[in-house]
Amino acid sequence: MAGTVVMLVDDEVPFVETMTKRLTKRSLTIIPAYSGPEALEKLQEHKDVDVVILDVKMPVMDGIETLREIRKAHPLVEVIMLTGHATVETAIEGMKLGAFDYLMKPCEVEVLMAKVGEAKAKKSKHEQKIIEARMREITSRMGD
Amino acid sequence: MKGPNSSSDYYRYLTRNIMVIVIVVSFAPLILFGGLVGYQFHTSYHDKVVAHLKELVERHKQNIDGFLYERLANVQMLVSAYTCAELTDEAFLQEKFSMLRAEYGGIFVDIGLVDEQGVQVAYVGPFSLRRAVYSEAEWFKAAVGKPVYISDVFLGLRGMPHFIIAVKKTCKDTEWIFRATIDFVAFNSLVEGTRIGKTGSAFILNKAGEFQTRPPSAPALDKGFYSRFVSGRRLEERGSKVEEVTEAGRKLIYVTTPMKNGEWILVYQQDASDAFSDLYSARRLALVIFIIGGLGIVFMALVLSRRVVSRIARADLEKEMMNEQVIEAGKLASVGELAAGIAHEINNPVAIMVEEAGWIEDLLEEEDLRGSRNLEEFRRAVNQIKTQGKRCKEITHKLLSFARKTDPKAKEIQINDLVEEIVGLSEQRARFSNVKIKTNLAPDLPTVLASPSEMQQVLLNLMNNALDAMEKTGGTLEITSRVEGDNVVLDVADTGVGIPKQNLARIFDPFFTTKAVGKGTGLGLSICYGIIKKMGGEISVNSAVGLGTTFHIRIPKAREREGHAKAQGKG
Repeated sequence: MAGTVVMLVDDEVPFVETMTKRLTKRSLTIIPAYSGPEALEKLQEHKDVDVVILDVKMPVMDGIETLREIRKAHPLVEVIMLTGHATVETAIEGMKLGAFDYLMKPCEVEVLMAKVGEAKAKKSKHEQKIIEARMREITSRMGD
Repeated sequence: MKGPNSSSDYYRYLTRNIMVIVIVVSFAPLILFGGLVGYQFHTSYHDKVVAHLKELVERHKQNIDGFLYERLANVQMLVSAYTCAELTDEAFLQEKFSMLRAEYGGIFVDIGLVDEQGVQVAYVGPFSLRRAVYSEAEWFKAAVGKPVYISDVFLGLRGMPHFIIAVKKTCKDTEWIFRATIDFVAFNSLVEGTRIGKTGSAFILNKAGEFQTRPPSAPALDKGFYSRFVSGRRLEERGSKVEEVTEAGRKLIYVTTPMKNGEWILVYQQDASDAFSDLYSARRLALVIFIIGGLGIVFMALVLSRRVVSRIARADLEKEMMNEQVIEAGKLASVGELAAGIAHEINNPVAIMVEEAGWIEDLLEEEDLRGSRNLEEFRRAVNQIKTQGKRCKEITHKLLSFARKTDPKAKEIQINDLVEEIVGLSEQRARFSNVKIKTNLAPDLPTVLASPSEMQQVLLNLMNNALDAMEKTGGTLEITSRVEGDNVVLDVADTGVGIPKQNLARIFDPFFTTKAVGKGTGLGLSICYGIIKKMGGEISVNSAVGLGTTFHIRIPKAREREGHAKAQGKG
């Protein structure tokens, strides 16, 4: 979906770089981050991130912890877990903590695009509901 | 590999040790106790027998003494009751003699009156001894001057053994002697009547050691031997004395006691073996029992030690198998961990590779390259990179899932999945050995309750064995899974060299292997056997040399939870 802002979080630099190029070619806006703390920092800066693609195994702050922090600070942002580790258990744990879905590395770019699309759709719907609720609240204050 | 030879030496050594210890421990108290009790018994019994004999001899001595003094009293009575004149009258004497004989039987042989010169003035008896002269006779000489006198046994004028009882009678102011002869035979039989046991007999000796009664028919020993009983003691000594003597190879017991006022000695003689016959037979019996018991102990020790050691050997074997199993499982676990580490390390570079290939593919879409001659080739090469990357991913995934299953806890597992996993791992080797792997896995195969890692061990082992059998010749490895009644059955069949009939019965034995030293521990199949048995299943084998081998594994279906498993959507 054009205009979707995606943050790529992975400690493997070449992977992030190539992925950025491919996804940018497919009209996504990519913000790269190479560690958990960096991802959180960048999320503070760029409030328009829709989807975060998060690698499970990272040094310093691993995927699950980063996920927790993201859910705390930016609950509306959808997270897709990327596991090259075939540790389905970790991915499932992530999903229990609120991740949208998980993918196994190496993944086909079309599959990734589809998942990003779904995540973005969900976020949009959610934001829409918030706006509607707000409007209702305002109109209800205006009198019966 | 620990060979059986060294261990059998060890076990033989152990057997011998146990046997020796058991024997020593059993015999020591037995001997001690037996010896102690035996000695006590021997001593007290011996003392008892001796005391008994002494008492017996004492009684007999009293009997005999009594007899003598009674006879003496008889004669004294006669002498004091009647006058010299009456006693000189032979007819009167005859009457008194008949009375004596009537009263006391043939004990009194004859009676007579002897004057101070030693001339027998009156005589009644069977011999013609009237007017016999005894002045030179020993008895006369001894009797003169004594109020009473009992002589030793002697032949005398009549030439037959007898002894005299003499009583002083004062006639015409001189001392005459009234004498009576006692029948030796009767007296002898009185003494001889003292018979106890088979060899016990009594006789009387005088102060000079001469026999007074008929000596025992037994040892023809010279007078010197018997004189020891006399010389060795002061004759005033009262009470009986016991001596044990070994003469001419025989052990004899002598009980002696003085009698007739110390002038004679009553000697009782018996073979020691006769006197103590009871003791000796008891001792013999005890010895026999001891020997039989001893043999029993030795035999028991042998049997017991053998049995104990074979138990120990069996336990050792089981322990060794268990150790091997643990080691194998440990190896598997560390391989698993290694695999997990490697897989992860490989996945990342592979992912990057595939991404770059994808990027190249994307770039190839751009217009400016469309004219290029090599476009198709670029596309094909890039595709190949992606394909191979995918293959890497599959391999590492298989490795990782294999590594996950090293937990020995039993849970419900689907054998088909495990089979496919192990087949995947063995594919490379199979291809290298020119072996084709075929699987006929029943769909909807029920689950079984087992430890995944143990099942992996079994399957891996069987497959490796099959591949080994077909290493040189190649062939087909076919794995079938099916249901048979309450069991899930797995057949692993190869078309390899086969197993000869004589080995077939032993392949599940521990340490049995036909592989070269260092190439196999011989424990693989025995561990498999143990694992399957533990699951409640069975493992069996068919084989024909040159045709191939098939292993059959039968495992009971997982029960109760079947419905639950279906509900969870497993399988």
